[in-house]
Amino acid sequence: MAEKVLLRHLDVPQIHRLAVYLAHGGYEAARKALTTLTPEEVTEQVKASNLRGRGGAGFVAGMKWSFLPKDSTKPVYLCCNADESEPGTFKDRAIIEWNTHTLLEGVLITAYAIKCHTAYIYIRGEFAFGARRLQEAIAEAYKAGLLGKNIFGTGFDLDVYVHRGAGAYICGEETGLIESLEGKRAYPRIKPPFPATYGLFGCPTIVNNVETLACVPSIIKNGPEWFKSIGPESSPGPKIYCVSGHVEKPGLYELPMGMPLRTVIYDYAGGIRGGKKLKAVMPGGSSFPVLTPNEIDVHMDFDSMRKINAFLGTAGIIVMDEDTCMVRALEIIDRFYHHESCGQCSPCREGTGWLHKLLVRLEEGNGRAEDIDLIDRIATNMMGNTVCVLADAAAMPTQSFLSKFRDEFVAHVTLGRCPLKKDGEGRRQAA
Amino acid sequence: MPKLTIDGREVTVEGGLNLIQAAERLGIEVPHYCYHPGLSISGNCRMCLVEIEKMPKLQIACNTKVTDGMVVYTKTPKVKAAQEAVLEFLLINHPIDCPICDQAGECKLQDYYMDYGAYKSRFPLEAKVRKRKVVDLGPHVVLDQERCILCARCTRFLDEVTKTSELGIFSRGDHCYIDLFPGKRLDNPYSANVVDVCPVGALTNKDFRFKARVWYLEKTESICTRCANGCNIDIYHRRGEVFRFRPRYNPHVNQYWMCDEGRLWYKELQRESRLTRPLVRGTSGLVPVTWDQALSRIAEQVTQANPADGSIVMAGIVGAKATNEEAYLCARLLTSQTVAGVVAGLSWSPPGAFADDFLIKADKNPNTRGLQALGLLNGEASVDSILKAAAEGSVKVLVVFAADLVTALGREVVERALGDVQVVVFDTDYSGITEYADCVLPIATVAETDGTFTNYAGRVQRVRQAFPPPGEAKPGWEALSRLHAKLGGAHYLSAAEVFAELAKTVPAFAGLTYGNLGSHGAQFTGLAQEEERASA
Repeated sequence: MAEKVLLRHLDVPQIHRLAVYLAHGGYEAARKALTTLTPEEVTEQVKASNLRGRGGAGFVAGMKWSFLPKDSTKPVYLCCNADESEPGTFKDRAIIEWNTHTLLEGVLITAYAIKCHTAYIYIRGEFAFGARRLQEAIAEAYKAGLLGKNIFGTGFDLDVYVHRGAGAYICGEETGLIESLEGKRAYPRIKPPFPATYGLFGCPTIVNNVETLACVPSIIKNGPEWFKSIGPESSPGPKIYCVSGHVEKPGLYELPMGMPLRTVIYDYAGGIRGGKKLKAVMPGGSSFPVLTPNEIDVHMDFDSMRKINAFLGTAGIIVMDEDTCMVRALEIIDRFYHHESCGQCSPCREGTGWLHKLLVRLEEGNGRAEDIDLIDRIATNMMGNTVCVLADAAAMPTQSFLSKFRDEFVAHVTLGRCPLKKDGEGRRQAA
Repeated sequence: MPKLTIDGREVTVEGGLNLIQAAERLGIEVPHYCYHPGLSISGNCRMCLVEIEKMPKLQIACNTKVTDGMVVYTKTPKVKAAQEAVLEFLLINHPIDCPICDQAGECKLQDYYMDYGAYKSRFPLEAKVRKRKVVDLGPHVVLDQERCILCARCTRFLDEVTKTSELGIFSRGDHCYIDLFPGKRLDNPYSANVVDVCPVGALTNKDFRFKARVWYLEKTESICTRCANGCNIDIYHRRGEVFRFRPRYNPHVNQYWMCDEGRLWYKELQRESRLTRPLVRGTSGLVPVTWDQALSRIAEQVTQANPADGSIVMAGIVGAKATNEEAYLCARLLTSQTVAGVVAGLSWSPPGAFADDFLIKADKNPNTRGLQALGLLNGEASVDSILKAAAEGSVKVLVVFAADLVTALGREVVERALGDVQVVVFDTDYSGITEYADCVLPIATVAETDGTFTNYAGRVQRVRQAFPPPGEAKPGWEALSRLHAKLGGAHYLSAAEVFAELAKTVPAFAGLTYGNLGSHGAQFTGLAQEEERASA
């Protein structure tokens, strides 16, 4: 792709500054939307573009907006989900820190489309720099009349607030985010009702991911057809792939949606580090099934991934080479979910901890043969039975690791140690 | 009204019910921990998962409202697997210390494990998450964090019912625990209700813990007599001893709750000062006699004092702690043809008594409204007029039923009025007034008698005899009935018989019977007339 949409800072230095952004056509899409289109027309264009949510679920954004009740007298809120915490995912951060006004323009256009006058950007607490950048950009925008009262002289008002999270993965779950924003413990809510009808402070609310909102200005500027021409029609548009792990060139790659996973890893990220062999890839963050080397010809879009029982997720591609111990890798993943389970639902609260304890035991060489099936059983019992999908997010990688790399788990039991660990390597303590 | 099918059986229920409630109508139990009908839906325990046709995933019954044509299954293999899994999850970090846990016997973990779990443990004991035990939360409640299943019933009670929010959930995942917010104590007037809502042994009552195994206790429906609200309770007792009160659901009065003061009021029923034998005053003070001796003595005094001219010689004061039956019999006794007397009621509460806008009333008597309906608080005679007459020497015998005049009126007033009067005291305990008594008749407490109280709102509610009174004490209605018979009046064989007569003669009670009072009581049928009369 010649011109970048989401990572424009790579082409245009200092584009996080309003002056630079304006000099490169910044806020023209917002002006077009606010001055020439009705909110309904904006929603229609975004719906027509088939922009699908980049937070991981892939729900059609314009469709989500159209679920807002038409007859409500309550205020509508927009929450930008900037609580990027998925392991292996660091795309939103680059947008927040370096393409700040792209995001803000997306927020402005979306707020206009959903008739919202107060938007919150809920940013992960650890993103201190990003929060500062956002605050500076918002100040610039207010000063230039791009936020606040009577934007572009249209009478449309919008206030944008930055809210920093306090360090919990679960705040990225949209209803957990809303609870946290309300000042409460981030316990995800039972759905239905969905935020579109009962969200922030009990009012209709749209929660969209940073990358999703950052796509919006380009759709308004270039039209839905242009957007749909990028990548597969069923999930089109530009996409940031986050590549981490054992590759030569880890980093962010903005490419069309639907790139073959192999191309991303080998052509863009430079292949496996040190010429080693690939062992496994987690293509969409840590919350979804792992892929083996013979599955990486899959195209990275929502629908193609589903066909092989995988998920695009956040496109946080975690690459593992042949030296990786899969038991240890899964132990680390499940340690994360154990640490991040909010503790609300019994299966997740207790199951994540149990999974982790069993994996520590296996990795240390103290596992029993029956533990492997027990882990699988626990994951089955957790899946689909909780308020939010954190339990599924722990269960899915767990079950896929067990089924695709079962031999390694068995080897840990039969050898009584990690086969990849050299003698004398220290054992980790149980969490 | 939606018609739905649960486990192959059709049921029609009112809209708005959830599936736990709808299944209950068919006698089908959907197990649950976090759901409580008096609190908001939390949906966290996942124990009530059921299968619903056309829904791919299991759904929580507590958060699923009935709809017409819904087809629900509560016992399919999928549901059973989920229930077993949830139980296993709940128990892996539970200490399984049932032998020393007060909840044993009324613990939903124990109950459901037997019903829905009963698997072999797959979790090593040493791997359990350790948390704090014996956490002192306030004057009434102790917390064991390891036993807690984090159902959030207690926090929801404190957020939604008392709105005091002393407790919160802290930390994350399996390290979550319940604790006090910094600087808070669980000391609101309703704090001990969190023990009732706790489905496991995490929250226990300081007063009750280690006192008794619950399976040894019997349970009797009753009414709290601490104030005029008339909260419905269950009395838990064994061999004539009360171990605890717990609130009993009554949608018209107290929902699921009661106050801490009322909960501990059972101690008032079994104090050291309990009267257990009839007493008469001899030269060396009060001495025990038989009922017959005591009643004969009173009859003699009444007969001797009863002159032919028909002037008032006998009077009665009934405390608003008496049941409707007792108050009625007192009035009957003193205004019957054989005895020319007067009677008045006494409803006394300490000045400035605590009250709130929820359950606690400033009127600390359980039956003020009943006495009102019987015309004892607004009739011709009053406590003042009776005491005035006594001071003037025109009252020879004064019956004082469950009313400590000394506490209510002060020693000076009592001394002045009762100098020459033969005082007959019916009461449960020694009190200020027994010092002035010529004859003391021991009567039953609320736990030991049948009867009714009328709460502040005019709801007539039954108490039932949980066990017989100690020693020779008798239910008040029976003691009064005996005296009545001794004086030539009718002899009543049961409290129900007294109530039947009362309902026939007192308009406010018209149409009421023990049968139709049921468990939740009934509003005064003659309320309109009563109020009309009061305002006239």
